This record gives sequence, structure tokens and C-alpha cells, in this order.
Amino acid sequence: MNVLAARGVRKSYGANEVVSGIDLRVASGECFGLLGPNGAGKTTTLKLCLGLIKPNAGDIELLGEPVPRRAREARTRVGVVPQFDNLDPDFTVAENLLVYGRYFGMKSGEVKPRIPALLGFAGLAGRADSRITTLSGGMKRRLTLARALVNDPQLVVMDEPTTGLDPQARHLIWERLRRLTQQGKTLVLTTHFMEEAERLCHRLAILDNGRIIAAGSPRTLIAEHIESQVVEVHGAGYAAWMERAKAICPRVERAGDTVYCYAEDAAPVLQSLAGQSELAYLHRPASLEDVFLKLTGRDLRD
Amino acid sequence: MRLRWVAVWRRNMLVWRKLMVASVLTNLADPLIMLFGLGYGLGALLPSIEGMPYIAFFAAGSLCTATMYTASFESMFSGFSRMHGQKTWDAILYAPLVIDDIVAGEMMWAASKAWLTGSTILAVIVVFGFAASPLVLLSVPAAFLVGLVFSSIGLVMTVLARNWDFFSFYMTLVMTPMTMISGVFFPAERLPAPLLAVAQALPLYHGVELVRPLIAGRLPEQPLLHALVLLGYAAAGYSLAIYFARRRFSE
Repeated sequence: MNVLAARGVRKSYGANEVVSGIDLRVASGECFGLLGPNGAGKTTTLKLCLGLIKPNAGDIELLGEPVPRRAREARTRVGVVPQFDNLDPDFTVAENLLVYGRYFGMKSGEVKPRIPALLGFAGLAGRADSRITTLSGGMKRRLTLARALVNDPQLVVMDEPTTGLDPQARHLIWERLRRLTQQGKTLVLTTHFMEEAERLCHRLAILDNGRIIAAGSPRTLIAEHIESQVVEVHGAGYAAWMERAKAICPRVERAGDTVYCYAEDAAPVLQSLAGQSELAYLHRPASLEDVFLKLTGRDLRD
Repeated sequence: MRLRWVAVWRRNMLVWRKLMVASVLTNLADPLIMLFGLGYGLGALLPSIEGMPYIAFFAAGSLCTATMYTASFESMFSGFSRMHGQKTWDAILYAPLVIDDIVAGEMMWAASKAWLTGSTILAVIVVFGFAASPLVLLSVPAAFLVGLVFSSIGLVMTVLARNWDFFSFYMTLVMTPMTMISGVFFPAERLPAPLLAVAQALPLYHGVELVRPLIAGRLPEQPLLHALVLLGYAAAGYSLAIYFARRRFSE
């Protein structure tokens, strides 16, 4: 069963088309990632799927309800973690959950018994009475995640859940998200951390300029779009070496003063580097980041 | 419409309960200082107006303006802070509420808070013996109506505002002159006819016209007219606030 299905969805602001005909399918129990550079249309796509803004064209179905027409009904079974924390600064940690549960039509007596477990899940046990302003960035993010779970949703939608967090906080969030998938919840997240997408997502779509330019599991994306080996080379004389490398490596790219050699067999490249003491190099398997950069280019987006 | 807005109202109520003492004091201090300062100070120099001492005359105006100001400040400054600064409205919209529910909840909340200000001033009026008969109790629903009018208009300003400065236009260009011509400090009938006509087209005048006779122990001469004008303003403000809020949030 599809938890989310979108077909031919378009959204423009004036003459600027932000989402240009997107098709998406997210199956129940799946963790689905929407990848893309800044400004690719990730957040707009999520807002369209949640029925917060109206598409100019296309069909969206969220948990069996047509969106935006019955988006409100669908959202009773959805939790949302927005890109920027908007916890209620007027309240304590526990009050944030209580008040948020009431927006779902839950009675105070229904929400209160759920609060300790939600805080435990978020690693915030003992902080029930803390003020929001005293929480660290990671704690706020975890509380936002707990808030998204207050209605025990089938689907959790997250916009860049770990942006701005330190590695410890990020790993904790990843661990919690995996736990949610194990509980059978469906996750949809946007990110521009390839490592995050590779670790968490069963399936991904890469979005650029409002279009999906590739989709599949992280492994198939790597297998389909890029050579399996990468050698990164830098150091004095890299430019001269690059000219020679072009003869022995099927795809050679330069970014700044680093040369990237992509090949199914890296042995010839490594041999040619053997005697070059002034060149430093790193030989590694291709990653999702290589796919992403190949498909969306190395130019800055902002 | 279902009662989904109640959750928004209760959110604001919970915040208010935490800051209740400070909130009540600040909402009451200004109008009461004005009431007693002007009422006794200026009143000592004045003969009775419309058959009552100046302070009893001014009490009706004081009740209505205090209600208006509480409703306006809550719906504009506090509302804008929730909508724009804290992004509280954005968070609520992820839940199964729509922008109409938020506007309704904010309007009812600001009106409730304003009603509390009006009612407390009414209690002071009664305790100090300015009210002539139990008819004054009918001012309680009248105060809520005045609160509703200025909450809904305040929310129109809020959902149109791009920054805080926007509110000062409405306050200095509309609220302050309206207070001057609506019979708050002196009988509006003393105004030149065109100004009186302007006052009669605005809501505050009708609030004062409802409350003043009730304090004096009489029924207003045209209660239905005044109530209908106030209801009309509240309904128009509410519809406009919803219209502009939808445009701002779900375009």
C-alpha cells in the first residue's frame, strides 16, 4: 500500500516554477529520502504532500486521502519535523507535547500518560520541566521529533532532520529514526547529507531544479550512475598528471586543485601514481555523494 | 465550524495563566489610572454631564477603550509574535488544523482577554458605586462584543503585517482619533455633524452608546442597532482576517 503517492505535481510562484512535474511513491514501512541541493524544491515538495500549499497541477494522495482537499484528515495520522525548530518558547518541554497533542483533538488525559515515553524516546527524560530556551540544538531537534510522534502517526515527514547538529546528536537521531522504521512507521525525509541518506533510506529520489533526476535504492543509484572506484589526487603537479590520467581512466574530473578519477578498475591509475611522491591520493569505493555530484554538478547552489 | 479552534484558545490560555498576575495588572493599571485620574481630577472642574458625575460618565468610555486596547494589543502584537516571530502558527498547521481554525482561536482568545479587562473595570465601577442599577450587568456581554470587534480587526492587521511598524499606522491613524470622537471623554453629540457621522460609522461609538446608559441605570435607546453594528464589524473583520490569512499561508 502506498502511504504517499504524487503524480505530475507542479507548483510555481509567479513565473518561477519550483516543482516541475514530480512523481513519487512511498510504500508503507519504508524510509524514503528526498535529496537535492539547496533550492531544488525539497521543502516545497513536502509542503505540497502535506497539503499546506496548493499545487498548480497534479494529484497527491496521502494515507489514502486526496490532498489538498482532505489533507486535514490525512494529517491526523502524520507527524512533521520541520526544517527550523518551532517549539513553543512559552512552554516547558512537557507542556509543548501536551499542547501539541491537543491540536490533534486529544484530551489532556490522553496526552499526559504518553509524555514520559515520548521524552524517554527523545533522550529527554528528566527534562520535562525545562524551558525550551535552556535546551541545546540537539535536544530541541529530539523534542521536535517527540512532538511529531505525539499522535502516534503512521507516517513521519522530516525536513532536514539533522542539519546543524554535531556528530553525536546526529548519530542519536539516526538511531531513533531506525527504531521508528523497526516499529513499522513510514519515514519521508529530505537531506543533503549523503551519509544520512545512505545509512537510513531504503529508497531515494534526487531532486534538482524541481525535477526528479534519479531514483532508487542507494546501492542501485551508485551501481547505475557511477563507476565503482574513485581515486582523489592532489598536490604539486596535479595538472600535468591529470593530462596523463585521461588516457588511463574513463572519467576524470577536476574540482579546485583535486583530480577525481572514476573507474571500474583503479589499478592503472594507482600504478601511474606509484612513483609520484609529490602527489597525495585517496583510493575509495564510490559513494552516493559521487552520484549526487555527477548528477547535480559541482557548481555552488545558493 | 467545529470547535477545533478551542485547542488554539487553550494554548494561549495556558501561557496567560503562567503570567496571569503581571498580565492582569498591566492590562488594568492604565485604564484605572485614567479612570480615577481623569474622573476625579478633571471631574472636579466639571459640572455633571448628562445627569451624572463626570467619573460615572467617563466610566463607560474607559471600559470600552480598555477593552478595545486589550483586544488590539493581544491580536496584533502578541498575535504577530506567535505568527511571525515564534512560528507557532506554522507548527499548528502541521497538525490537523487549518488557518481558519487558528484565526478563529486567536480571535476568541483576544476577545476573551479583552472581556476580562472590561469585566474587571466593570467590577471596579460597581464597587465604587458609579453604577446606578443591576442593569449594568448587561455591559458584560457588551464588553465581549467590543472585544470581538477589535480582536477581529486586529487580526486583519496581523495577517497583513510584514513587520511591527505596520501596527503603528492603524493605532495612530485609526484607534487614537476614533477614541477622541466616539464619546469616550465627552458626549459625541457635541461634535460637528460630519465628525459625529464618522464616529457613528465606527464601532467604538456603538460600544460606548451601549454601555453608558447601562451604567446610568437605563436601557440604551437603540440596543439592537448598536449590537448589530458591532456584530457587523466583528463578522467583517473575521471574514477579512480569514481571507488574508489564507492568502498568506496557503498560497
